[in-house]
Amino acid sequence: MKKFAVVATMAAALMLSTGARATDVEVTHWWTSGGEAAAVAEFAKAFDATGNKWVDGAIAGSGDTARPIIISRILGGNPMGATQLNPGKDADDLVKAGLMLDLTDLAKSEGWADIINPKSQLASCTYDGHVYCVPVNLHSAQWIWINRHVYETAGVPVPKDWFEFVKTAPDIAAKGIVPLSVANGWPVQTLLADIEVAVAGVDNYVKVYKDRDIALATGPEYKKVFEAMDAARKIVDPSTMVPQWNDAVSLVIQGKAAANVMGDWAGGEFTVAKMVAGKDYDCLPGLGVTPVLDTGGDVFYFPKNSNADVEKAQLVLASTLLKKETQLAFNLKKGSLPIRQDVDLSAASDCMQKGIAILKSGANFPSNSQMMDRDSLNQIRDIYNNFFADKNVTVEEAQAQFADVVKNAPPL
Amino acid sequence: MATSSALESATGAAANGKVATRPNFLTRNTQAKLASVPMFLVVLGVFIGGSIWTIVYSFTRSASLPVMDWIGFAQYDRLFKTTRWVISVKNLALFGVFQLTFSFVVGFLLAVFMDQKIRFESAFRTIYLYPFALSFIVTGHVWAWIMNPAFGLQKAVRDLGWTSFTFDWLGNRDMVVYTLVIAGLWQGTGLIMALMLAGLRGIDPEVWKAARVDGIPTWRTYISIVLPMMRPVLITTLVIAASGVVRVYDLVVALTQGGPGLFSEMPAKYVYDNMFQGALGQGLAASSVMLIATGIILIPWAVVEFGGKRRQ
Repeated sequence: MKKFAVVATMAAALMLSTGARATDVEVTHWWTSGGEAAAVAEFAKAFDATGNKWVDGAIAGSGDTARPIIISRILGGNPMGATQLNPGKDADDLVKAGLMLDLTDLAKSEGWADIINPKSQLASCTYDGHVYCVPVNLHSAQWIWINRHVYETAGVPVPKDWFEFVKTAPDIAAKGIVPLSVANGWPVQTLLADIEVAVAGVDNYVKVYKDRDIALATGPEYKKVFEAMDAARKIVDPSTMVPQWNDAVSLVIQGKAAANVMGDWAGGEFTVAKMVAGKDYDCLPGLGVTPVLDTGGDVFYFPKNSNADVEKAQLVLASTLLKKETQLAFNLKKGSLPIRQDVDLSAASDCMQKGIAILKSGANFPSNSQMMDRDSLNQIRDIYNNFFADKNVTVEEAQAQFADVVKNAPPL
Repeated sequence: MATSSALESATGAAANGKVATRPNFLTRNTQAKLASVPMFLVVLGVFIGGSIWTIVYSFTRSASLPVMDWIGFAQYDRLFKTTRWVISVKNLALFGVFQLTFSFVVGFLLAVFMDQKIRFESAFRTIYLYPFALSFIVTGHVWAWIMNPAFGLQKAVRDLGWTSFTFDWLGNRDMVVYTLVIAGLWQGTGLIMALMLAGLRGIDPEVWKAARVDGIPTWRTYISIVLPMMRPVLITTLVIAASGVVRVYDLVVALTQGGPGLFSEMPAKYVYDNMFQGALGQGLAASSVMLIATGIILIPWAVVEFGGKRRQ
């Protein structure tokens, strides 16, 4: 009898001790550079503090490498717990196929519509009135990063915008320093797209990408864009091009290159290298031409999982990513802007402050992935890459190819 | 083999004095047939079924997911107008010709060298075959580091004193395809050598004796007598090597990522990139073109080789 009582008590104790079991959530992302890894570690820390476990699934390479892996895993029935993606049309088909977790109830209960700014970021995550992803930051791509010491040592005035940079590039090259460091692949498209916005102006850019204005795409405004890109490709010696975007940034950090055109995520690299904006380096938004910034960023999607515990943990993760402390910790390390501005940003770097000021002034426009499908963007990327690498392609040819893609792009 | 056993059973039956009935096509060799059922299912389902699915869906507007939204030849239209595809095909032709030619010539010479009854033959064979044990990804990464001007071969030679030595083919749009050839040769020649060596070993030693008696020089024997006798081995090796060439994808990704701009793109990379980056129909169309092109080359040859009267 005594034995039975002991066993019965133990069994009851076991059954009653449900409590919060720690659930593993596998999170895939492509934040693998120094600054990015430090930032995502903040997310992991915050999630682990909720009692669950962040299982890191970093994918080496860029978004272009990671996106197919992520999409094929979800399609193939082996979904991860959560995944980073860019806002816009990347996950459209997956959402339409019902493969993503619906976050609408969580969004309503936590008041995301009031917290998230600009509202366009939450709008990119909303399909048919339902919310499927949580935006975690704001990234803009229109920055040029200049190493001040290179110019000061060379006795050349530090350029205040893209056109000054192009003019003084030969002087820098004469000193044996790479004027413009560029990485192979998508950074070429970032460079050319930034030149595109700076030269064509935001209104024309949005008219072409969103409204598919073919007359504009084939007209003289865009001819000027391709001519500016031609000037850029004449400055860059192909043998100086490096494999990854952070290699190009580190060339500037080390003083081996004078400038690099890259999004604000390069800021994280400068922070990790303990450089000070305004003293060691300059960051010019909108390439210094007009201070406008696009509002891209990163969002997290949560593929549907059959396990109810995982689903609960996914909702906890979604909520954690938006908490004030997490937003602050993550974005300070990453160099991006937090998606909620009701946090104390006094510790933010100079460049982040510039970005916030521009955001507050409303001088922002949607990122290209929110205006056009990934396939057409990839075709444009290939056209730009080819134009940049093959000097035999003329400005007219490239513009015609570009207009072709815009014409054939499927409607929004 | 089935014919000879049928013959045996027929003659065996006749020898027993019973009336020899023709063995039923369906019931003879039932064990062999049962054993090959999984293979048939795989061939039917995966190879044939998959190929048919690919070709059918290449006529649709599939983007991220396959949808039955018929648009006729539009994907093929776009395919042949796409600069990237045209460059890929040109690169594949260049890569294929160089890879096959050099790996066969060098592989054959190495095999001949090994066939000379040298000492430490197995050690040499292991050394030459070793690179084949590495995947293309490892090969690509290793050669990317070697060919990197900043810290690879160029820097090493420059440090030795020859300061004007340049080897920046990786960033050179005209030469980048040849970097793929170099890495591919390093990796694949060993296998060609091993296959050729096996073929050489299969040559009857009497042939050698006869050639020596006739006073034919060794090199002449190899070229005019041994090579034609090795025809089946050569064909097998060619099929293996050529299928590796057409499939080249991981080497490109690891070594050049498509090269400066689009200059070292390859068809298989085009197919993969498009299939998983929102242009499924385009990737399937490219894949179908590759299949049809291979078929156009192989089928007439197969008919000539295996069709008609079987030679004794």
